[in-house]
Amino acid sequence: MMIDCKHVWDQISAYIDGDLDPSLRAEIDKHLETCEICSAVLDSTRNVVVLMADDRVFELPAGFSQRLHQRLDEEITSNPPQAPTG
Amino acid sequence: MELLPDRIGRLHPVRNAFQAFFRLTTASQSDLDCIRRILAGEKQLFHELIRPCEKPIYFLLVSMLKSQADAEDAAQETAIKVYRNLHLFRGDSQFRTWVLSIARNEGLARLRKLGSLREDSLDADTDEQTGDYTPAVLTSWREIPAETLERRELGEMLRQAVEGLPEIYRNVVVLRDIEEMDIRETAAALGISEAAVKVRLHRARALLQRELAPKLKGFAPKRRWFWGRA
Repeated sequence: MMIDCKHVWDQISAYIDGDLDPSLRAEIDKHLETCEICSAVLDSTRNVVVLMADDRVFELPAGFSQRLHQRLDEEITSNPPQAPTG
Repeated sequence: MELLPDRIGRLHPVRNAFQAFFRLTTASQSDLDCIRRILAGEKQLFHELIRPCEKPIYFLLVSMLKSQADAEDAAQETAIKVYRNLHLFRGDSQFRTWVLSIARNEGLARLRKLGSLREDSLDADTDEQTGDYTPAVLTSWREIPAETLERRELGEMLRQAVEGLPEIYRNVVVLRDIEEMDIRETAAALGISEAAVKVRLHRARALLQRELAPKLKGFAPKRRWFWGRA
């Protein structure tokens, strides 16, 4: 089976996640060997995914953790957790 | 196949495969031990239990509420609800998954109160929404290394692109690509099927690539031209 670029684009996310069956993955790999466009689309998509996962991009606001635990402390001090049921 | 010793130290491939799968879908023993101790009276341990969940709670709520202040307040409320309901956690999912479903319910309740909740769009398990998910067509790509994130405008560009996604796609990206949760856990936390997670993730990544790829090219490291090379 020959696959075209559109077919490859439809599978890019699953390809990145390693979520394709081996035969389809092999077909896509074969297509990528000769298709500069699909290789660039795949590489750029994977690059975006890698950059987004970097801790420097999405950081908690300054003092978030401190405020959260302070509020939790008030709750914990005033209310014991309920005993397990069942 | 990875072999792990069972409780009495024997190596057992079938049991180990089962245990490996089970570990992914149920609470970890350390979380269960910690919860048992908290419920027995070591209340301050709750701080350590909830700490690894802070970031996913907050970013899921920012994604839903689109306001940092509201998300922070909702995150605090979520943590308190988790503490008050800790005795109800049965251990049949990962602790973080259970916490995130409480965060999601908190977010939904606030959206309902604001009258800005479209139940169909958030809870629909299938995605009939049509749209153009064609990626930006490029003929070459030079990788943008992670060190480039030292430039603040790059991070800002990525954040804006995620904020610009439709909500159902944004929630999936936040849990799957930013918090790096697996598909099963993302589906459980959002109350949708794994198939819906995959469809939404695919569309979100296509939209992000189309939005970001042309802009990111400007961040590619300069080529180094050596003497004697064209």
